[in-house]
Amino acid sequence: MAGTLQVELVAADRVVWSGEAVRVLARTASGDLGVLANHAPLLSVLVPGVVEIEASGGERVRAAVGDGFLSVADNRVSVLSEDTFLADELVESDVRAELEQAQSEGDALAVQAAEAKLRVLQRS
Amino acid sequence: MAASVRELRAKIRSTQATKKITRAMELIAASRIIKAQQHAAAAAPYARELTRAVSAVATFSNVDHPLTTEKENPTRAAVLVITSDRGLAGSYSSSVLKETERLAEKLRGEGKEIDFYLAGRKSVAYFKFRDIDHVTSWTGFSDKPQYEDARTIGEALVEAFAEGEDIDSDADSDVDVRPVDELHVVFTRFKSMLTQEPDVIRLLPLEVVEGTEAPEEHELLPLYEFEPSAHEVLDALLPKYVNSRIYYCLLQAAASELAARQKAMKSATDNAQDLIEKYTRTANQARQAGITQEISEIVGGANALADATAGQE
Repeated sequence: MAGTLQVELVAADRVVWSGEAVRVLARTASGDLGVLANHAPLLSVLVPGVVEIEASGGERVRAAVGDGFLSVADNRVSVLSEDTFLADELVESDVRAELEQAQSEGDALAVQAAEAKLRVLQRS
Repeated sequence: MAASVRELRAKIRSTQATKKITRAMELIAASRIIKAQQHAAAAAPYARELTRAVSAVATFSNVDHPLTTEKENPTRAAVLVITSDRGLAGSYSSSVLKETERLAEKLRGEGKEIDFYLAGRKSVAYFKFRDIDHVTSWTGFSDKPQYEDARTIGEALVEAFAEGEDIDSDADSDVDVRPVDELHVVFTRFKSMLTQEPDVIRLLPLEVVEGTEAPEEHELLPLYEFEPSAHEVLDALLPKYVNSRIYYCLLQAAASELAARQKAMKSATDNAQDLIEKYTRTANQARQAGITQEISEIVGGANALADATAGQE
């Protein structure tokens, strides 16, 4: 496989992760999406879920994102979401509380976001 | 000497206390500016990427979105005023409010009604004192805005704008509905530590390409594919773009507020120092006058005594 991707995982007020990667997996409004090097330029809407980045060094970075975007162009991938969290920034009890609150309010998007955070926690 | 030495000493002490306070505020403001600038730098990548994405969609698709189309007959404008929560920042808040008045005048001249949205306690107090109505206000974060704050404000404003869209067709049938046709933001732009200027930007309808954050050197944007569709991408992008612009304004305003406060407190400290010097001089003079008077009294007394004894002999 030739080439790598320059990936930037950006939250509204900071850059969460950036570096070289082989593959990026994300959940978009039209289904799960995997991006490899030399992908065609793409702008896609993200739904709350887990973004998985396979870094060049073999490391796997998982992050929970809220709604946002993914843009691919010239082997540069930007994942933009107002709420982006890596596993070590999350506290399980907080996330569970958030999930419960979201469920009791019947807020489907918030439930999705909280579940994504849980998945990130459990797999790390 | 009019003022006694004791009174002057008391004045010096109280001025010294004031000076300590203003000096502390100056230092606090100075250290917070650095933090505010770091926040602004940290927010830059998101704003940059978002701007790129929005310009890409705007360039490569002919989608008309409510948030980007200009109304033919705008009748109602929303104005978001960003001031500080606290005073002691020189003319920071008042110059924003002056700019607001100017903008309001202009908009009224164009026959638009104005809805005010206020951020910062100073603007709320100003509007309350003048008995001018406002729609909503947000307070408590002026010197340290979080993205959450920008999101709350952004959502409220986009909602007001979108409402205007929905009711547009039968706008004249119902007097109570308030469609907002445009949105302006009055805030203070942080130019440097020394200059901060009140500024007005029109946020909605969106003018996508903005001088300050446009993609560098007119690079050619790649031909994007849009998923699920250009319209849906735009739908999701634009409110976020608005939030991000508001966040940018809040951060600029926060940095300006701190810089203005630092400057105001620095001149307050300098003034206090001048006062202390002046009082110290007067106090020294008064003390010296007292001593001179005492000496001349003693000399006078001794002379009188000497004269008296000389007369006896």
